[in-house]
Amino acid sequence: MKKVYPREEYCTGCGLCQVHCVTAHSPYKSNIVKAYKKTFPRPLPRVIVEEQRPVSFALQCRHCEDAPCIKACITGAMHRDQATGAVINDESRCVGCWTCILVCPYGAVARDERGKKVASKCDLCSGIHEVPACVAGCPNGALEYRAETESEA
Amino acid sequence: MEYCIIGNSAAAIGAVEGIRQRDKTGRITVVSAENRHTYSRPLISYYLAGKVNMEKMYYRPLDFYEQNGVRFIGGEPAAAIDTKSRKVALACGDEIPYDRLLVATGGKPFMPAIEGLEKKNVFTFHNIDDVLAIGKAIDARTKAVIIGAGLIGMKAAEALAVLGVEVVVVELAGRVLSSILDEQAGTLVREVVESYGIRFVFENTVKRVLGEERVTGVELADGSRLECDLLIVAIGVVPNTDLVKNSPLTVNRGIVVNQRMETGIPGIYAAGDVAEGDDAILGTKRVIPILPNAYRQGETAGLNMAGGEAIFSGGMAMNAIGFFGYSLATAGVMGGSGYEELAALDPAEKSYRKVVLKDNRLVGFIAVKNISRIGMLTGLMVDRTQCGFF
Repeated sequence: MKKVYPREEYCTGCGLCQVHCVTAHSPYKSNIVKAYKKTFPRPLPRVIVEEQRPVSFALQCRHCEDAPCIKACITGAMHRDQATGAVINDESRCVGCWTCILVCPYGAVARDERGKKVASKCDLCSGIHEVPACVAGCPNGALEYRAETESEA
Repeated sequence: MEYCIIGNSAAAIGAVEGIRQRDKTGRITVVSAENRHTYSRPLISYYLAGKVNMEKMYYRPLDFYEQNGVRFIGGEPAAAIDTKSRKVALACGDEIPYDRLLVATGGKPFMPAIEGLEKKNVFTFHNIDDVLAIGKAIDARTKAVIIGAGLIGMKAAEALAVLGVEVVVVELAGRVLSSILDEQAGTLVREVVESYGIRFVFENTVKRVLGEERVTGVELADGSRLECDLLIVAIGVVPNTDLVKNSPLTVNRGIVVNQRMETGIPGIYAAGDVAEGDDAILGTKRVIPILPNAYRQGETAGLNMAGGEAIFSGGMAMNAIGFFGYSLATAGVMGGSGYEELAALDPAEKSYRKVVLKDNRLVGFIAVKNISRIGMLTGLMVDRTQCGFF
């Protein structure tokens, strides 16, 4: 399956990936200004920028083949999309117990407690954009969307 | 290949999914004492509190059995296993032949020897029928006593408090969640829970249930009495090994299994709360009655039942739980003598983190309130990473 891979040598830690992620998961999928000015509450970014200068890179759910979050999920909300292979949280079935956070070795699942408590994580922009917004929006090409077996660009 | 799975919860579902990773055509029969679509046991407190409806209780979609070619027999408890002729006898007399069998009968509530537990309005907190009955027995004037401030008792207390019930929890230990929290974390959690009106009586226990036909109160070990019209026994859960009592399976506390989930009797596997498998942290065999462990063990059993070579060695105690929005996450051991502990408390924030190390390896942690990215610590435990470098 295709996943997002960082190229840390090109990442400046600018955080635009997070801005594009927030936008893509707002009702205004492609309009940054409206996403930030008109969405309450604004979606949480599902990508983390890991930073220890001079190294930085963007990290999101690795959509593990042997995904601990799916296996540990107490409700069955966390599941694999059979079509894309992506690990997806069905927020309507999530109760915010945070067992996924307890078992994710990447720390890639966040608590969204602003409305109904749900686990928030990267969905590879499934059903939103063809290419994940973080990848498309990175000004430096520091994120790649490719199959694991494909070599780096 | 004929597969039979006794049980219908996380371990059983894990086994179905494990089998189907390797064998798309073998016949799978799931036998369950409860006649219900597979549902999530940890969600019963959410159901009682009105946070989820029955449809959201389901652990897998309603077409799960159909999609996975499973014959589901509900409401028919298994009565006996004939290990020689490889058949499971059901209570109704029917027999199910198997080539590979999984015993995933789960746990059952531990019932202490307390006088009067047969009275009306005395409940356990184990399955959906328990909470359906509790739901009918309460109103906003109800006074409830819960025996046990463990994971089950505390979630029951939270749900009842949400419904306006006056709750007193009686606990033998000196703090809440004593199996997973240390003094400090236990104090933080108790204070939060008490602020929602739940009261605790520690280092005490219920000696006798009072009332004629119906519970009207309890008498404690120190002679004091508490009035109540509802009593929940939540002392703990023990492996439900009744089915295999007179079988050749090795039963210690639970059914003893190796890392392939094999019982030692050819063709028979066990997984979940009934099984006694490896604890990766303690290095001993132990029943670890938590859902993530049950699923993993079930999946491992399923893979092997279908001819695979799967092992599960990463079993360990771990819990993510919360009360009134106050979250905790714990794993492994909580410390004590022989362990190195590093702890940080923020009293104003009511947050606390502790890591427990032994021989430079992380063997446990407690995180209270701030649980962000805590799985990175779990990952270090699963991988047995040398942490001296950090």
